[in-house]
Amino acid sequence: MPSRALPYLLLAPAALFLAAFFLYPAVQVAVIAFTRGDEVGLANFARMAGHWKFDTALWNTILLAAVVVPLQLALALFMGQIVTQMGRGRDLVLYVFTIPLGISDLAAGIIWLAILEQNGFLNSFLYHLGLLDSPVARLSYQNTLGLFVAVAIAEIWRATAIMLVILVAGMGLIPKEYNEAAEVFGASPWQRFVKVTLPLLKPSLQTALILRTILAFEVFAVVAALAGTSMPMLMGETYAWEFQLQDRGVAASYALVILGISIASTLVFLWWLRTPEEARA
Amino acid sequence: MTATAPLPAHGAAPSDEIARALDLARAKRWLVAAVVTILCLWVLVPIYLVLVNALSTPSEVSGWPKSFVPSFAMESLAFFAGYRGVAEALLNSVMVAAITMVLSIVIGAPAGYALARFDFAGKNAFRILVLMTRAFPLPLLALPLAVAYIQIGLDDTILGLAFVHTMLAMPFAVLITASLFMGVPFELEEAAWTLGCTRLQAFVKVVLPLVSPGIAASAVFAFVVSWNEVFAAAVLTIENRTLTAFLLQSLNVSPLHLKFAGAAVLVLPALLFLFAVRKYLFAMWGIANR
Repeated sequence: MPSRALPYLLLAPAALFLAAFFLYPAVQVAVIAFTRGDEVGLANFARMAGHWKFDTALWNTILLAAVVVPLQLALALFMGQIVTQMGRGRDLVLYVFTIPLGISDLAAGIIWLAILEQNGFLNSFLYHLGLLDSPVARLSYQNTLGLFVAVAIAEIWRATAIMLVILVAGMGLIPKEYNEAAEVFGASPWQRFVKVTLPLLKPSLQTALILRTILAFEVFAVVAALAGTSMPMLMGETYAWEFQLQDRGVAASYALVILGISIASTLVFLWWLRTPEEARA
Repeated sequence: MTATAPLPAHGAAPSDEIARALDLARAKRWLVAAVVTILCLWVLVPIYLVLVNALSTPSEVSGWPKSFVPSFAMESLAFFAGYRGVAEALLNSVMVAAITMVLSIVIGAPAGYALARFDFAGKNAFRILVLMTRAFPLPLLALPLAVAYIQIGLDDTILGLAFVHTMLAMPFAVLITASLFMGVPFELEEAAWTLGCTRLQAFVKVVLPLVSPGIAASAVFAFVVSWNEVFAAAVLTIENRTLTAFLLQSLNVSPLHLKFAGAAVLVLPALLFLFAVRKYLFAMWGIANR
């Protein structure tokens, strides 16, 4: 078999698939967003921005990511550091920590609904402690802050594992000698973490932050399960325009907004956590 | 070296100093154990609680105050299993995930092999394309595809949805299999050739047995990705809903016990599958970093 053609033959199915199901729809979503009826223009975007839910949805989505992602980063780093210091039981603990990776965002939302709903486990727990006499509605549509906190907790519970896995994999790549050398020179554990581990972890931090932030902008089913339609989010609005309102153009405009903030955040992380040329392995 | 007994370098340290250091070490161990326990509970307790709900009667689920121990009643699960559309949705979910699993590996593994074994023009461009998919909110691609599917007759089909899920899982399959193949020394393949194997025979007899556990792991990973996906499933299916799409669309009409039973059914297989591939989880993400 001609060896020169072989790699292209092996690659062809994947390349064609990417062209058909990634590049084509990526272009097409923009075409749909910029066309209304037979006219090309910004009519869909005007309609989207003119709706009262748009500002709230955009603001909620960005705010949730801004609250959740840093907390998850801190928690994942903390969990990772603890795990690397463990001897026995390390594998079991790591498995438990990564369990939420296998849980659908919809299931995660319903799981936290079981805890936070009016007759749920949190209220029952407080009742058994004698801190509560009768059920309190924590997820009512009037309680904007309560809904936001509930969604944030569910998101932190569900999606910290993905950052943890990336960061622990990255920590495994750091040669032990660096930390040992710092210890010999009298660096405290905190100093070693800040001055040795974190800088060497930069590529993993970058990957984890990029992936997690994009996923945070895509938050959908957790919100649907916990808040219904009381907490507008970009992804939920996209779905509502596509289905309830049957307006594909506006749905596509929403998709482009999500895409836009995703690309913007990716660029920010690429620039902020860039590895200098001379430090690359 | 091992024969000489270790000698104290500076003479014996004061014994209370040693005792203090030991106390400190023990306190630290206890602290770590306590923190690890709390973190494990944080992960496990919510899952336990939804299982308690799934194993309680509907009236217990909506009762007050709630018991933290299940009554092991099957009414909720039986109600869920008998609810209109659930059986079909479950079957659809399994089929979409199975197709996704097969497609991701059949399409992804050859590409992974090409990346691992050959140097060729365009290799880097392909790598970048694969990596780019990960910086993209992929479920949104379901919107334009919904339009295209109507034109080609793939609308509201299991296959159409499986294609989108393959798009989610395949880039991982490419990267994972590439690193698996890189882990098999090329010399092994060459040795098989010199012993008279064709390229294909060498691959099947030498490389495949070495990488098959890893490939199975990435297949399972693809299955879980599809099984859990909500947005694209809800956008692309109407009559042929998957379990996630079904649960999402009945969120505001279904009673609580139906939701909890559904969540439990959604969670359990994913947990089992994840347990099966736990060894590979970190290797997968480790390589996805580069």
